[in-house]
Amino acid sequence: MQATAPRNPFPANWPVRAGWLALLAYVIWAANQLDFTWSRFITGLDNAQRFLSRMFPPNFAGDKWDMIVKGLTESLEIAIIATFIGIVISLPIGLMSARNLSPQWISWPARLLVALCRSFHPVIVAIIFVKAVGFGAIAGIGALVIGSIGFISKLFAEAIEEISLKQVEAVRASGASFFNTLTYGVLPQVFGRFLGFCTYQLDSNLRNSTMVGIVGAGGVGGTLFAAFQRFDYDFVLAILISIITLIFIGEILSNILRAVFLDNKTISGWFSSGASTPVIIRRGEEE
Amino acid sequence: MNAPTPGMSGIHREWKRFSAEQRVIRFAFYFIAVAALVMSVRHIEFIPEFLYDAPEQVKDFFVRMWPIDKTFYAKSVHEALIETLNIATLGTLLAIVLALPLGMLAANNLVPVKAINYFAKLVLVSSRSVNSLVWALLFIAIFGPGALAGTLAIGFRSIGFVGKLFGEALEEAARGPVEALTAVGASHSSVFLKGYWPQVKPAFWSIALFRWDINVRESAVLGLVGAGGIGMAMDSAMNLFRWDQVAVVLITIFAVVILAELLVTFIRKKVI
Repeated sequence: MQATAPRNPFPANWPVRAGWLALLAYVIWAANQLDFTWSRFITGLDNAQRFLSRMFPPNFAGDKWDMIVKGLTESLEIAIIATFIGIVISLPIGLMSARNLSPQWISWPARLLVALCRSFHPVIVAIIFVKAVGFGAIAGIGALVIGSIGFISKLFAEAIEEISLKQVEAVRASGASFFNTLTYGVLPQVFGRFLGFCTYQLDSNLRNSTMVGIVGAGGVGGTLFAAFQRFDYDFVLAILISIITLIFIGEILSNILRAVFLDNKTISGWFSSGASTPVIIRRGEEE
Repeated sequence: MNAPTPGMSGIHREWKRFSAEQRVIRFAFYFIAVAALVMSVRHIEFIPEFLYDAPEQVKDFFVRMWPIDKTFYAKSVHEALIETLNIATLGTLLAIVLALPLGMLAANNLVPVKAINYFAKLVLVSSRSVNSLVWALLFIAIFGPGALAGTLAIGFRSIGFVGKLFGEALEEAARGPVEALTAVGASHSSVFLKGYWPQVKPAFWSIALFRWDINVRESAVLGLVGAGGIGMAMDSAMNLFRWDQVAVVLITIFAVVILAELLVTFIRKKVI
């Protein structure tokens, strides 16, 4: 037997180390570019203390509470209407952009439209809508409809591209018309995932509908931004608490909805099995 | 489900996909959805007069945008764009640094203490519940307007996203390598570095890349509230009603977002 020197099982990987060094260099350069300094951070901590002390206790006084309720109701209405219109428009656009169902001359323009809808933040779209239809909830609805089309259509098209074509063929072979093929061959295969996208989009629209008010497109965002500009920080905290509570309730509701429609849960069987709802949204698609 | 039971021949049986209770619950949901929609439509403040001139306004909007002011790009958009990309990247890095320990604390197989798991998850959820614009407003109140507030906003908003997905990836890691390392007496850090990390590395990088892609989009609007980046160029152009300059900013954002998405797709295919 020949004695060999003990080999290091985990040799140093120089390219990776160089990568880390490059990353460090970038961070230092970028931090310099953005003018981050330690003294700014220290004065910031001082400000933070003052800021937090002015935030507490949150101000839920009568007239303020009325403003919060009014704003949140409007946000909720914007989210519901925008999600509905978005779903209705996304169904045909999603079908059109699925490459296994549509010819290229239909799918390419549809995919381009979806990409265009996806690439702008709802707040930027809201600015354009405020210019077009004036201040108010309609602009917010328009902005969120655009965002919903971008999200639901894209994922819906991807879901359709993954279906099994055997069922479609079987339905077609029985002499079904195009629309019958869709309703009996295609949609049943993707209904579960589609529902998942829609509930997810409702959640997301609810979050964004509380924000579009910053540019004047209705909802509680306008109240929040105004309170910030008036340094009315205890009111700001009250609004934030209300928004987060509303979003939590929305998330719980959509979890229940997913459980009912996707796991076929009933009230009697609610606590019997601990199976969680399947993750319909792919990793990374959620925001 | 009411599948037909054998031995009950002679009785007319109908196959139904859902039990009576399931149907009632489903109907209740449909009903609530329709009711919510109807109530929202009836209650929402709607001024039809504003809609009448919408086509004109949109036309005016595009007419004023054309021709675009190309000189504006070199003058102020380019610099703001670099700032936006730096905010997005630094914010993502900050989020990763803070989210790694939180994700580990949230994973039950790594830290088998339920109380700590729930605490970490609570932190992650609250990070996600606050919109990045609100985070930006909070940090502006603390650090003043500028890129620092924007970077912190992007970072704090992303912690919840990265931490949640990283924690879930850790919980899905196979026990085998971990047990093998524990059995030969490896220290805790070795178990993590050589047992868990190789398993979650691909998931980790793809989470980070995805978040970076989202952050490029989000950091473009932070400037509207004064947190630096390309949004500030857009805000000032809008305040002056220079729509030809706004058009330049919009085209730039569109191009960068598409490029970022292509880059992320490319890296995911090649490397991960």
